[in-house]
Amino acid sequence: MFQNLSEKLDKAFKILKGQGHITEINVAETLKEVRKALLDADVSYKVAKDFTDEVRRKALGQNVLTAVSPGQLMVKIVHDELAELMGSTKSDINIQPNPTVILMAGLQGSGKTTFSAKLANFLHTKRSRRPLLVACDVYRPAAIDQIETLGEQIGVEVYSERENKNPAEIAQNAIKHAKKNGHNVVIVDTAGRLAIDDQMMDEISTMKEKLEPHEILFVVDAMTGQDAVNTAKAFNDRLDFTGVILSKMDGDTRGGSALTIKAIVNKPIKFVGLGEKMDAIDIFHPERMADRILGMGDIVSFVERAQEQYDEEEAKKLHKKIAKDQFNFNDFLAQIGQIKKMGNVKDLVGMIPGMSKAMKDVEIDEDAFKSVEAIIHSMTPDERENPAVLNGSRRKRIADGSGTSIQEVNRLIKQFDDTRKMMKMVATDKGALARKIRRR
Amino acid sequence: MALFSFFKKGDNKEKLNKGLEKTKESVFSRISRAIVGKSTVDDEVLDNLEEILITSDVGVETTLKIIDRIQERVAKDKYIGTSELNNILREEISQLLSENQTSEIEDFVIPNDKKPYVILVVGVNGVGKTTTIGKLAHQFKTNGYSVLLGAADTFRAAAVDQITIWSERVGVPIVSQGMNADPAAVAYDTIKSAIARESDVAIIDTAGRLHNKVNLMNELTKIRNVMQKLIPDAPHEVLLVLDASTGQNAIEQAKQFTAATQVNALALTKLDGTAKGGVVIGISDQFKVPVKYIGVGEKMEDLQVFNSKEFVDSLFN
Repeated sequence: MFQNLSEKLDKAFKILKGQGHITEINVAETLKEVRKALLDADVSYKVAKDFTDEVRRKALGQNVLTAVSPGQLMVKIVHDELAELMGSTKSDINIQPNPTVILMAGLQGSGKTTFSAKLANFLHTKRSRRPLLVACDVYRPAAIDQIETLGEQIGVEVYSERENKNPAEIAQNAIKHAKKNGHNVVIVDTAGRLAIDDQMMDEISTMKEKLEPHEILFVVDAMTGQDAVNTAKAFNDRLDFTGVILSKMDGDTRGGSALTIKAIVNKPIKFVGLGEKMDAIDIFHPERMADRILGMGDIVSFVERAQEQYDEEEAKKLHKKIAKDQFNFNDFLAQIGQIKKMGNVKDLVGMIPGMSKAMKDVEIDEDAFKSVEAIIHSMTPDERENPAVLNGSRRKRIADGSGTSIQEVNRLIKQFDDTRKMMKMVATDKGALARKIRRR
Repeated sequence: MALFSFFKKGDNKEKLNKGLEKTKESVFSRISRAIVGKSTVDDEVLDNLEEILITSDVGVETTLKIIDRIQERVAKDKYIGTSELNNILREEISQLLSENQTSEIEDFVIPNDKKPYVILVVGVNGVGKTTTIGKLAHQFKTNGYSVLLGAADTFRAAAVDQITIWSERVGVPIVSQGMNADPAAVAYDTIKSAIARESDVAIIDTAGRLHNKVNLMNELTKIRNVMQKLIPDAPHEVLLVLDASTGQNAIEQAKQFTAATQVNALALTKLDGTAKGGVVIGISDQFKVPVKYIGVGEKMEDLQVFNSKEFVDSLFN
């Protein structure tokens, strides 16, 4: 997915390469590709059009001043424009008043309840607040159970009134409860609602009037398509919300809807949801998002993804083994498992700046590990632990067992030996490695 | 509204119409506006058409395909009045849909020779899997089938409670091992129990998962494999639930879930919102899995069998 957009933009910019000047004609061609790429990323039609119009205006204006490398200049203009549109600074949550009342709103399934709990956990653990979660989804089956379960998980109290079907009243009672019990943040979770459902929209407007919340957060699924325009506008018209939450950003969507929402309602995106765990929440970084949409590489996300899958204990054990020259095929197999867990190799490569362009014609074989695994699986436990015993007849047996050839088995054993030697060198020269990393 | 009598199920039709009203109004009024005062299909009309289709989430690729086809016809027929554009558009979209819609699906009928008929329901988080299962169970039960539910979403907080409430609401039994149980074990149990009870249909819920999480997708493959120990050709239906408001990522979802579980039917939910539903056209075109059900409301009855003709008619009438 990442690949796709950067590839398209690369293609678009290539049209400009070799041209000395930015003219109406070559800009038009380039911007057509840019617009198509943005539409593919779910940026709204109108926003994509306005965006390309603005870039055109700037590009043609700047041409007079700098006639050098129009391609690079275009990249810069597109990137700057996108970053500006995304919002140039990070925006934090307002938790000054006591108690701070935060009202959540959004469509069904956008992730309000999960996010409410994550926010409570974030404020509790990172900001030393005493949050109270309020269960105001009185419609969906087991919605109250859901938030109570999450509250229990993170050790935050949940206020609910199972018999009461009036969300505004429940929330008002919850605020009283919070004042009495020393909670300084009240997070009001609400039912999912469609923007065209007048009755439900009236309900949340009433809640806004009665609660006078300090923050109204609009939760939106990062995978939302063109409908993001209508929904964000409708909710903003009714609620004048103070911030946006982008959920499910751990998916592979390019999140063009983030750009749309920012452009249409001009409200800051405050947080992103990055998974189902209670600590999978991050403050929104506009510049990272611009890069992600542009496919300029998201190295931070790459590192985070790697860390997510990285088991520190395992790594320590492995390190010891390497130092003692005991690294064997079992460890090798485990390593392959780790890499595979990180997901699609092409996706990962695409996150490295510059790589998506370099790799676009290279077909990465997702099954490349298969024959390696087959060969190792065909070894006896003893052979895996002591690769030294692998003589000719054993290699023949392994090749037959794994459906490969002796040459392939030999190649793998050679690779394994080389890897082992290299790893040992690195592991014993720890200081050198550390210095190398620091210098980066 | 003379077309109304044309549909055998006026009731359903009305609901679909109501659900799609937003789509219909905007698409139709915008097409009318696009062609007002023009007598031929020119570039400007095609540009407007492009905008309409793209803002309906049809996707760039499919939109270009539709426009190409229309341009071809314009070239072939030499002269096409804008009044004919509507008809052509309708024809072309129906065709894109029906190319992959092997046959129109019958109203909540299951094959006689598969008992229990096993349906595995999959999808990303928050698309409405559990609600769709509740509605599906209701429809099957109304048609006289005995239904058994399996609560294999043992991960999300209170997911088991949610589907249990649905089973009570609809009045069908449920197999559950509580939260944090092994979902494959729950699926196995459900099918075993469905065989013992001689149920007609077994519907198995799964936890929502993003399609790029390798381990979670592997778990789905495992659930599928475990079922086959009891019924070799189970699950008979792997239903991927998609949210109508999802953009182009829906296509990637369809691709990845199919790789893991061989999806053979789609359900499109939340079509009663402002989401255009055009994503159906994009998916049907780029993806060879038929849309089987659509969700058009929050009530138990608000699930319909997808009918491509009715769908396109509702869009353009």
